Amino acid sequence: MTAALVLGILGLLLGLALALASKAFYVEKDERIEKVEQVLPQANCGACGYAGCASFAEAVVKGEAEISGCIPGGSDTAAAIAGILGKKASQSEKIVAVVHCRGDINAMRNRFEYQGIKDCNAAMLLHGGDVDCLYGCLGYYSCVEACPFDAMDKTENGGVRVNEEKCVGCGVCVDACPKKIIELKKASKKVDVLCSSRDKGGDVMKVCKVGCIGCKKCEKACPVDAIKVTGNLARIDYDICISCGKCAEVCPTHVIDDKLAALFPGGKRIPPVIEPEKCIGCTICAKNCPSDAIRGKVKEIHEIDPEKCVACGICVEKCPKDAIRWHEE
Amino acid sequence: MAIGSLFIIAISAIFINNFVLIKFLGICPFMGVSKKLDSALGMGGAVIFVMTIASAVTWTVQRYVLDKHGLQYLQTIVFIVVIASLVQFIEMFLQKSIPDLYKALGIFLPLITTNCAILGVTIMNITEKYSFIGAVVNGLSAGIGFTLALVMMAGIREKLDLADIPAALKGVPITFITASLMSLAFMGFSGMKIG
Repeated sequence: MTAALVLGILGLLLGLALALASKAFYVEKDERIEKVEQVLPQANCGACGYAGCASFAEAVVKGEAEISGCIPGGSDTAAAIAGILGKKASQSEKIVAVVHCRGDINAMRNRFEYQGIKDCNAAMLLHGGDVDCLYGCLGYYSCVEACPFDAMDKTENGGVRVNEEKCVGCGVCVDACPKKIIELKKASKKVDVLCSSRDKGGDVMKVCKVGCIGCKKCEKACPVDAIKVTGNLARIDYDICISCGKCAEVCPTHVIDDKLAALFPGGKRIPPVIEPEKCIGCTICAKNCPSDAIRGKVKEIHEIDPEKCVACGICVEKCPKDAIRWHEE
Repeated sequence: MAIGSLFIIAISAIFINNFVLIKFLGICPFMGVSKKLDSALGMGGAVIFVMTIASAVTWTVQRYVLDKHGLQYLQTIVFIVVIASLVQFIEMFLQKSIPDLYKALGIFLPLITTNCAILGVTIMNITEKYSFIGAVVNGLSAGIGFTLALVMMAGIREKLDLADIPAALKGVPITFITASLMSLAFMGFSGMKIG
């Protein structure tokens, strides 16, 4: 009887104490953390450098993380977070992944017959895979599996291409690729070298029709010295590149991909034109032109020199009066 | 109580009667959180903290509630209830008042709520007929002994990760073998005579 009484009273007292304590020691959580969490993509990809969306939200509210730190969310999420915190969002540029290989993987499986599991990392363990080119894509789609946003497309020749519409630049594929041929870059840069082979030109030609042979033609064509051939492989410095596409034009093996040119009918860039009636002579286009192709004095109508113009489209975007439009044939 | 006897209690709890390696209490966290050194330190800190406070509180409960009413047979259940609510309370208190300490102990605090090592030390306080101060010192030292074993184990396991271990022994088996060797080494202390 006393036992039940003592235990009952003890339990009651402890329960009461805990209930009171939970009221007395109630910790108010910053409600902004929850709000920020709601606007995040909830992919928990870790691209921001924090353990997940929840810890990123906490860091942002505390001011430890950048508002634009969520790469998958992009500028929309940054703006939403900025709205919640009452701060201004710094413009974050869209980042996308690029796969530096466009080889015909299906035609290149000649080294041996690989019968292991269909996974790049597994295939890599067996003498670097069954693909002839030791630098390129293995075509077992580990990156496609890893991509949390379904942004990697399988190509008809067994390789992979990034769907830039869906890609958010989280970098999961970069880690998934054992060949290390996937890189992150700004989506505004439209020209890429789609090859990773460091073999000499002749050796590349033997195994792959669309490989970089290190001929250096692109180096000579580049107006800003952004593309360099090192170790038999051309690489673009995206910080310098103006996406003019000159290198893609001269490349003999067509390994340089010009996404901008592909938008034009016929696959060739055509310079834009300035509509005289809309131009107010603000000189913004001339200041932004990477190839110095726009002439005109302040408050006078400007003109584009088709000889110098690389049709990068920067002026079309920058013109405040929408006076520059693409030439229509 | 003389300083000397407190010293004996401390040395005895840390080395001679080490909770993990000699008494085999608290093996679960010993295996579970000894993979990394920093989590081992966090767990050790939490155990020291809870053992000390639990010793003080349960000693009081035993003396002024159980002994008074002749209910010694309720000891186990009462102690578990008391310790569990105590840890809950401490957790809430820390979260509000000392957030830094709360963050450092983190998840480990609720994890050890019903750990046998905690219950063990509180019951040992009673069976050994320690005074209040003796019980607190015993709790503190038992926690230090636990942390010592845990940190040593974590250090060894971090090295073991790099070692070439036969496939059959990888992971838990080699950990148990290591633990048994450590235990053997600690048995050496039991020959010591203090005082």
